[in-house]
Amino acid sequence: MIPVAFEYYRPKDMAGVLSLLEEHGDDARVMAGGHSLIPMMKLRMADVSHLIDLQDVDGMSEIEIDNDAIRIGAMVTQADIIDHPELAKVAPILREAALQIADPQVRYMGTVGGNVANGDPGNDMPGLMQCLDANFTVIGPDDEREIPARDFYEAAYMTAREDEEVLTAVTIPRPAGGYAYEKQKRKIGDYATAAAAVQIVKDGDKCASASIAMTNLSDTPIYSEAAGAALVGTSVDDAALTAAVAAMWGDIDPTEDNRGPVAFKNHVAGIILRRAIERAWSRA
Amino acid sequence: MSKKMHIKLKVNGKDEEFLAEPRELLIYTLRERLNITGPHIGCETSHCGACTVTINGKSVKSCTMFAAQADGAEVTTIEGIGGPDNLHPLQEAFREHHGLQCGYCTPGMITRASKLLEENPNPTEEEIRFGMAGNICRCTGYQNIVKSIQAAATEMNAAKEAAE
Ligand SMILES: Cc1cc2nc3c(=O)[nH]c(=O)nc-3n(C[C@H](O)[C@H](O)[C@H](O)COP(=O)(O)OP(=O)(O)OC[C@H]3O[C@@H](n4cnc5c(N)ncnc54)[C@H](O)[C@@H]3O)c2cc1C
Ligand code: FES
Ligand code: FES
Repeated sequence: MIPVAFEYYRPKDMAGVLSLLEEHGDDARVMAGGHSLIPMMKLRMADVSHLIDLQDVDGMSEIEIDNDAIRIGAMVTQADIIDHPELAKVAPILREAALQIADPQVRYMGTVGGNVANGDPGNDMPGLMQCLDANFTVIGPDDEREIPARDFYEAAYMTAREDEEVLTAVTIPRPAGGYAYEKQKRKIGDYATAAAAVQIVKDGDKCASASIAMTNLSDTPIYSEAAGAALVGTSVDDAALTAAVAAMWGDIDPTEDNRGPVAFKNHVAGIILRRAIERAWSRA
Repeated sequence: MSKKMHIKLKVNGKDEEFLAEPRELLIYTLRERLNITGPHIGCETSHCGACTVTINGKSVKSCTMFAAQADGAEVTTIEGIGGPDNLHPLQEAFREHHGLQCGYCTPGMITRASKLLEENPNPTEEEIRFGMAGNICRCTGYQNIVKSIQAAATEMNAAKEAAE
């Protein structure tokens, strides 16, 4: 399993990356951890003539936390997220999700930027970032812009990022309330059959707000505004859970594959979401 | 064919320099170019962990990294951990506790376990199973692998204490 030949570059700064992207257009791709891209290149499903390795570009490996927001550089790895005690305190859902991605070797290499930029519906971080209402910062030849995670995904491997743009950071408003990342997979290290990211704010004994996103149940991650709305104002009792699951079903569109038929995926999605809401509520 | 690159690695403490196409995967560099055949190819699709090596302090599946990416890095394979005349406590423990049967997964297992014990010298069974989840074994059922790693941890901690 050897990829088609390509030219390899390791620029020292973003200007170098951007000029290579401009020069080679469609034929060029950036690489972060390579743990989605290299397998695709080996299978010859991705044809990359000019590979631009981002590992030497400074300024994308930091996690910064201030009073309002958390900024995670695109090259921060899943292992970095797991090993950051302050982040685990401020946004524990990130750690809970990262621990359910792949296996230790992959988590040392896989980056947040690569995970959200990839556009594979199986990736866990896109849904997670939609739940947290993150913004993605992308830089292009002329300017830098912010794209909300909830507007980023268009179809499998199609995102709002232009080919000549590089994703540099993910910014998340500091999450409030209870959280849960719940994932059903066939074995450890597998992509989700269904996964749910939930953040819930409690006011007295009622739900004040809820944010819900689902993974690998459509060709994009699904932020289900309706599922969140079904919980607001309730005491998150059985009726509210049933309503939230029904609302979520209205938003997802799973297809049959080696993880099972559509009916099974809907069933699993319902169970996973119920568990996630219950756990998030118990922590709210 | 693309232009060959000049690549430098430090493998098991020894400097290596060679010309290679950028698409050369590190596992082939190790096995076929440098004749370091401890790291195995089990799946070639990033799943089994038989090809695990340590690169700049991280456990990495060397079938999923280009040699060009590792340019300038320090690489440790099972050969750098211990050999027939100087078995590492993990190797000793795998032998003692039947942590292997066919042995195909073992170099990757031990290389990964050495990093796990560095990060967590006193892991619980659950932590071992979680920390070793990137390494697949088709023979042992894992029970004895867990036992071996626990035994090695005990042995290494005792040796450390004795040295202090
Ligand atoms: C065995 C195995 C199991 C896995 N299981 C899971 C899982 O359960 N859940 C999960 O979410 N993931 C899983 N992954 C994927 C893993 O987490 C990837 O590493 C991750 O999706 C991509 O991150 P990367 O840094 O490796 O990106 P790369 O592979 O380097 O890049 C992926 C894509 O994103 C683009 N890209 C990367 N960085 C940027 C950037 N900064 N700006 C613009 N574009 C960029 C690349 O051009 C490429 O198209 C698994 C991988 C393996 C090998
Ligand atoms: S050979 Fe590399 S993970 Fe299986
Ligand atoms: S001992 Fe045979 S694969 Fe592990």
